[in-house]
Amino acid sequence: MITIYRAKRILTMNPARPEATHVAVRDGRILGAGTLDELAGWGEHRLDDRFADKLLMPGLVEGHSHLMEGAVWAYVYCGYHDRMDPDGRIWPGATSIDAVIARLREAAQAIDDPARPVVGWGLDPIHFGAARVRRADLDRVSAERPVGVMHASFHILNVNSAALERGGLLRRGIEHPGVPLGDDGLPTGELKGPDAMMPVAPLVGFDRELLAADERGLRLFARLAVRTGVTTATDLASLLPQNAVDMMLGVTAEPGYPLRIVSLLRLMNQTPQALIERALALRALSTDALRLGAIKIVADGSIQGFSARLRWPGYYNGAPNGLWYTPPEVMRAVYTRALETGLLVHTHTNGDEATDLALECIEAALQAQPARDHRFTLQHCQLADAAQFRRMKALGMCVNLFPNHHFYWGDEHYAMTVGPERAERMNACATALASGVPLAIHSDAPVTPLGPLFTAWCAVNRRTASGRVLGTRERIGLEDALRTITLGAAYTLRLDHEIGSIECGKRADFAVLEDDPLEAGAEGLKDVRVWGTVQDGRVFEAAAL
Amino acid sequence: MGAQRNPPMPVTVIGGYLGAGKTTLVNHLLRHAGGRRLAVLVNDFGALPIDADLIEADDGEVLSLAGGCICCSFGSDLMDALMKLPARRPRPDQVLVEASGVALPGAVAASLALLSEVALDAVVVLADAETVRAHAADRYLADTIARQLRAADLVILNKLDLVAPQAQAALHAWLETMAPGAKLLDARRAQLPLEAVLGVELGARGGAPVGSLRSGALQPPPTVVADALFEHVEIAVEQSVDGRGLATALADPALGVVRAKGILRDRDGTSIVLHVVGARSGIEPRAVADVVPGRLVCIGLKGRLDRAALRATLDRATRTATNLKEC
Repeated sequence: MITIYRAKRILTMNPARPEATHVAVRDGRILGAGTLDELAGWGEHRLDDRFADKLLMPGLVEGHSHLMEGAVWAYVYCGYHDRMDPDGRIWPGATSIDAVIARLREAAQAIDDPARPVVGWGLDPIHFGAARVRRADLDRVSAERPVGVMHASFHILNVNSAALERGGLLRRGIEHPGVPLGDDGLPTGELKGPDAMMPVAPLVGFDRELLAADERGLRLFARLAVRTGVTTATDLASLLPQNAVDMMLGVTAEPGYPLRIVSLLRLMNQTPQALIERALALRALSTDALRLGAIKIVADGSIQGFSARLRWPGYYNGAPNGLWYTPPEVMRAVYTRALETGLLVHTHTNGDEATDLALECIEAALQAQPARDHRFTLQHCQLADAAQFRRMKALGMCVNLFPNHHFYWGDEHYAMTVGPERAERMNACATALASGVPLAIHSDAPVTPLGPLFTAWCAVNRRTASGRVLGTRERIGLEDALRTITLGAAYTLRLDHEIGSIECGKRADFAVLEDDPLEAGAEGLKDVRVWGTVQDGRVFEAAAL
Repeated sequence: MGAQRNPPMPVTVIGGYLGAGKTTLVNHLLRHAGGRRLAVLVNDFGALPIDADLIEADDGEVLSLAGGCICCSFGSDLMDALMKLPARRPRPDQVLVEASGVALPGAVAASLALLSEVALDAVVVLADAETVRAHAADRYLADTIARQLRAADLVILNKLDLVAPQAQAALHAWLETMAPGAKLLDARRAQLPLEAVLGVELGARGGAPVGSLRSGALQPPPTVVADALFEHVEIAVEQSVDGRGLATALADPALGVVRAKGILRDRDGTSIVLHVVGARSGIEPRAVADVVPGRLVCIGLKGRLDRAALRATLDRATRTATNLKEC
C-alpha cells in the first residue's frame, strides 16, 4: 500500500530536488518526493493530509549520544537550564542552590521508603558563582537517607553526610585530589572524578554500566527522540555484554519502537584482537533497528575535567596536561585490523594533542592497510585547528564536533580551560566545512540535552550561556547546519545511502515540525516545535506517546 | 564487626608502559607466592595476562589460581573491584593492581586513600631497559612516562640483559634523576624475589600470632637471580623503639634498604608494624598483642646493605643495646 503525505513544505536534503510538497511511502521506504501528480504515477495510493500544515525534514540523526539520556530521568533533574523529560514535561532550571535543595526535598517527600536514596542530576554550579553545594546543604534534603546530585558534566557528584558515612568517607585524614575537605577536616561532599565518586555513587543509585544498558532507559530514550525529531541515534559507546545486546535487539524489534540505534562497542581492556572479533560477531547480529559492529576508542579525557590531552602550551589556568586512556600501540593495532576487516572506528579526542595522536595512528594504519572510504571519525575533536582539519581531509576522515559546549561551558573555556583564542576556535565547524571534512555535530546526551535542532542552533550562533558569541568566524549557515544533523551525521555512520535525505529508495524517516526552520532563522532554530516523527514509515506523534 | 578488626589489606600498584614486563612480573610473583594469598587485579591489553597453567578455576569474573591466589579483571572500575576484595573468603593477604600502560600509578595509589579497608603498600614501576628512554622522549608519551617513574617507590629496570654493559650505568644515572627517592632494582624477565617486590610477611595474616616467625621468615624463591642480587638482615629487637623515627631513618638511601618490615614495640608500649619501601616509610598500630622480642627484617641489594649503619640506626632508636643477629 502506498501512502502519499502532503506537507506544507518538505526540505529533502536531496540537492537535485531540495524541496517538495508530497512524499510517497511504501513498505517503510520512500518512493519519491515531489508533487502529488508526479507521485500518483506510482499507482494506487492513499493521500494522508495529517501533515498538511507541517514541515517535513529527513529524520534527524544524533551522531553522538548515550542511551543513558533515557535512564537518567529516573532521577530528579537539577540543572540550571530548562530541560524536557521523556514525557514532554519541561523542567524549569533550578537557578540557585536553594532551588536545587527545594526540588530534591519535594522528591524526597514523594518517596515513602525511608531507605531509598534521593538522587538528582544535571547540577551545574558554575552558574552559582563561587558558591559550592556542600553536604550540609544536602543534609537539608535528608539527614538519614543518602542524597546525591550528579553534575551536568557527569564528572562530579555531590552527596550528603549520610551517603559519605555509608561510603566510608565521612572521616578525617583523606588525602585525595578529588575529595576537597572542609575546615573540620571532613569531606565537603563534593566528589570529583570517577575514583572519588565510586565508593559512594552506587549508594545513590549511579552505576554507569547499569545505566548504559537499562531497558527502561532505552524506552525513555526513544520517547525523547520522537520529541526531538530524531529517528536514528547513536549509543556511543557501550561494553555491549551479550545480555544487553539481547535486550536491545528485543526492544528495538518491537513494532512500536520508534528509533534506529547505532551502538558502538567500546575498547576498554580487551586486546585489539578480541575487540575486533567481538565487533565482527556483533556486526553479524545487526538488524535494521539496531546497528552493531562499529568501534569506539577513547584517546583522552575531557577539557572541563582537565583530563584532555592538550598540545603546547596546555591549559590556560596552568593545570597539568590530561591523561591518555589508550596507548598509541593499541590505537594503531585496532585501526589496522579494523581497516582489514572493514569495521568502522570512531575515536574520542577532546584535546588537540589527542587529535594529533589519532591522526598519526590512523595515517600509520592506512599505510599498513590502505583502504578507501573508511570514514573513521574523530568525536568531539573540540580543539582541532585548521592544519588538523586539512590532515583529516587528506586521510579521508570525518569529524563530529560538539558545538553545544559553547552554550553550556563556553564561558568557562574562555576564562579558564583553554583561554580566549582557542575557545573561539573550539568546534570549528566552518573550518571543517571549508576544508572539505565531512561534518556531524552532536549533543553527547545526557551531557547536554538530546535535540539536533538545538545543536544546530549552537553551531549557527556559537553563543555562550552569558551571551558571548564565541568565534564569530566559525559559525556556519542555517542550511549547512540542517544538512549536518541529517546527511552529515548519517555519513559518519556509513548510513547516508539509507537515511539522511528524503529521496527515492531511502527509508521513510521524517522529522515532523510545526515550524519551518528556514523561516525561523538562525535565532529561532532552537524554538522550532517538533510534532513527532515518521520512522520506517510508522507515524509517531509526540503528544500521543 | 569482625571485619573492622582486620588490618587494611596492603595494595601494591604495579605500573609501567606497555611491554615493560608488568604481566611477566605478576606471573612470576604468582608462581613464587610461597603460600601468600595474592589477589591480582589486572586491566591491560596483554593477550594472556595470567599463565594458563596457573589457573585452577574460572567463574567468569575471578580466576582461582594455584596456591590460593586469585585474579580479577577490573574492566572499567578498579575502585569497585578493590571494594569487593576485603569481603572475600579466604581474605587475600596482599593485593597487586596491574595498572594499564598509560595509567598513572601515582593516581591509582592516591585513590586507595578513599577506601578504608585497603592501604597502599608501594608503587612499583617497571621500565624496559631497551625502550624506556625512547618512550620518555616520545612526543606523546614523555610526560606520562615521567609521571609514572616519579611516582615509584621501587623501579624495576627490566630486560637489562638486552642492553650493552656500558649503557647500563648511564641508564641507572638517568633513572635516578627520573625517579628520585625510588630504589632501583635490575632484573631480567622480571625475575625478582617476592620479598623484594612485595615486602616481607611477618605473620600479618588476619592478625595471627607471630610465633611462626623464626629464621625461616625470609625465604627468597630459589632463583639464581634472587640469590645473586639480594641479601637480608633479620634483627631481634628486645627493647621498645621510637617507631616513627626508626622508620624514617631506615628510608635513608645511605643504608641501602630496599624494603624493611618490623613488628616492634613502640615507646608507649603499643605494638606496631613498621614498613619501609624505597623512600616511603610508616608505622601502623597492631591489634594483636605481641611476643617479645620484636623483629625487623631489612632487604637490600647484595653488598649495599650497610650493616654498621643499620646497627647504629637501630641503636639510636632504642638507645640501648640490641642483639644484631644475621640470618
